[in-house]
Amino acid sequence: MIERTPILDFFTHLILLFGLICLLVPLWIVFVAASHDFHTVNQLPMPLWPGGHLFENLSLAWDKGNFDRVMLNSFIVAFGVTAGKIVLAALSAFSIVYFNYRARMLVFWIIFVTLMLPLEVRIVPTYAVAADVLRPLRSTLSFFGLEVGLPEWNLLNSYQGLILPLVATATGTFLYRQFFLTVPDDLTEAAKMDGAGPMRFFLQILMPLSKTNMAALATILFVWSWNQYLWPLLIITDHKNFATATMQLQKIVPGPMFGEPPVWNIAMAANLIVLAPPVIVTVLLQRWFVRGLISTDK
Amino acid sequence: MSNISFRKVRKSYGKNEVVHGVDLEVRQGEFMVFLGPSGCGKSTLLRMVAGLEQITAGDIAIGGRVVNKLEPRERGCAMVFQNYALYPHMSVGENIGYSLRVAGLSKRQRLAKVQVVADSLGLGEFLSRKPGQLSGGQRQRVAMGRAMIREPKVFLYDEPLSNLDARLRVAMRVEIRKLHQKLGTTTLFVTHDQVEAMTLADRIVVMNKGAVEQVGTPYEIYHQPQSVYVAAFVGTPGLNLLAGVADPARGLIVLTDGQTLSYDRERWPDVDAVDVLAGFRAEAVQLGPAGYGIKAVLQFTEELGASRLLHAELGGSPVIALASGFRYDQVQPTLAISVDPAQVQLFDSKTGRRLAGERLLAETTETSPSILAAE
Repeated sequence: MIERTPILDFFTHLILLFGLICLLVPLWIVFVAASHDFHTVNQLPMPLWPGGHLFENLSLAWDKGNFDRVMLNSFIVAFGVTAGKIVLAALSAFSIVYFNYRARMLVFWIIFVTLMLPLEVRIVPTYAVAADVLRPLRSTLSFFGLEVGLPEWNLLNSYQGLILPLVATATGTFLYRQFFLTVPDDLTEAAKMDGAGPMRFFLQILMPLSKTNMAALATILFVWSWNQYLWPLLIITDHKNFATATMQLQKIVPGPMFGEPPVWNIAMAANLIVLAPPVIVTVLLQRWFVRGLISTDK
Repeated sequence: MSNISFRKVRKSYGKNEVVHGVDLEVRQGEFMVFLGPSGCGKSTLLRMVAGLEQITAGDIAIGGRVVNKLEPRERGCAMVFQNYALYPHMSVGENIGYSLRVAGLSKRQRLAKVQVVADSLGLGEFLSRKPGQLSGGQRQRVAMGRAMIREPKVFLYDEPLSNLDARLRVAMRVEIRKLHQKLGTTTLFVTHDQVEAMTLADRIVVMNKGAVEQVGTPYEIYHQPQSVYVAAFVGTPGLNLLAGVADPARGLIVLTDGQTLSYDRERWPDVDAVDVLAGFRAEAVQLGPAGYGIKAVLQFTEELGASRLLHAELGGSPVIALASGFRYDQVQPTLAISVDPAQVQLFDSKTGRRLAGERLLAETTETSPSILAAE
């Protein structure tokens, strides 16, 4: 916008401020609720100013939710998914952009179409495969009349099971494709003349050039995978060893069915704990994130 | 150092043929310039030598070895790109030394070689800078250093000077020529700038629509263009061309408006009375007092400082005369021009080729080596 009038400035700021308040009020309530004791929190109306029990509540929530183990699980899963997605996205985009094979546009569109099929839509078949990984292969073989004694292999209750089904990514592939398309052809040809093969070109030239993109993608993906709820809930039955942080939250809020009043202060403290990592990652990578999305670093 | 042979080289994209059978021998150590307008296939030819484009038909041999099926790195060519194509995330030193890193040289060996090359190009103090912090001329030198460090058999330049400003272009031209004199490496240089071609080349290949129009020394290209196309493309301004009918009995060309221009009958002894194009250089035009010579209507003048170009019209065709030391107050609305018959060249008006049957005179066959040496 080139326009600069005081009245317009005032109104745009007003709208921004309104949006900010809408976003911050729930967070404030979480924070306030997490800082009172059980009785104060359940008063009506609830106080809107923080009390002095924050650290006490946090430590109670940490113990109650078994967060030692659960946070570690969540970190393993979030890092695994993020790293896996980035490697897979970069490699598949590299293949689509830089190699001239017949099916490459078809492959690209198939990947692109999976944007319309998020995990939630295909959760039943995905679970079926996770429960018996070799099943698709077995069905294909038996379709051709072959009966092969394949071993049983399932991903239930394991880190692989939490990570692998989430690793495929159309968004990442698309983002990398768009970036690779902006890399001048001359650069590819210069690398060829210098004698670099495809993988060397990929690792020593394309990857360093896409640093900002990678940071942007990593931010989005980390937050996304940290917040995964449905899939871990489905695939993990061994809650003691493999529960993730988001799953654990649901246990800390006892519903009315248990006949006891909900301990909101502890639940909200747990909320704060689970909230922290994505916030920290976003704040740390934010500068890169914005740069990666709006411009190419040249 | 190697010679390069093109044998019936063709290139098509699908059904669209862009290079139509080029036959050419580039001698060992020669500086060969490919000259032509954009889209004439000159860059494609260069890229086929480099191995960046497939060769559709024919052979290219470097040093006697056919390279059609070889990977770029196996051909022993180094290339300087129009946009330099420096790796933006690497420092100047890393850019120059990248091919050595790929080749697996140790860091110590690499640094030593990079230092030598960088010093020879005056880049010694910039080794740790990124390309983004360099000026255009410095980037150009880094690109040249990257090519030099591989000690290639052939240097390929793809319009390397077109992104530089005029002054820098002249300076880099001199450096490229010096580099060639020092290393003596066979060099192919692509450009659309005929001044660049004239000043740099041992020989020039003039290309037109995917075919070779003429191969020759800059002197031959300028003084004996083999076609109207070459004549008009080379030189600023290009050759003046006037349509007319030959009158061999009188040694005259009767122009379309009835005026006459004489040509050298000894040089073209058996011209028929056919339609021809008479060509002469702007500097061959002499201006006389009014009423003397051929009349042309002055349209405007272009001031060049030491001289000026007079743009005139003669029977519907443009004629440009170079007037040096000519006093401005003598310019009249109607110019009286005359051309030394020895300077008039004849072309077939149908084919556009130089008229056959020319008897080469001693002074015009003397070619450029002496001129190159003087340069």
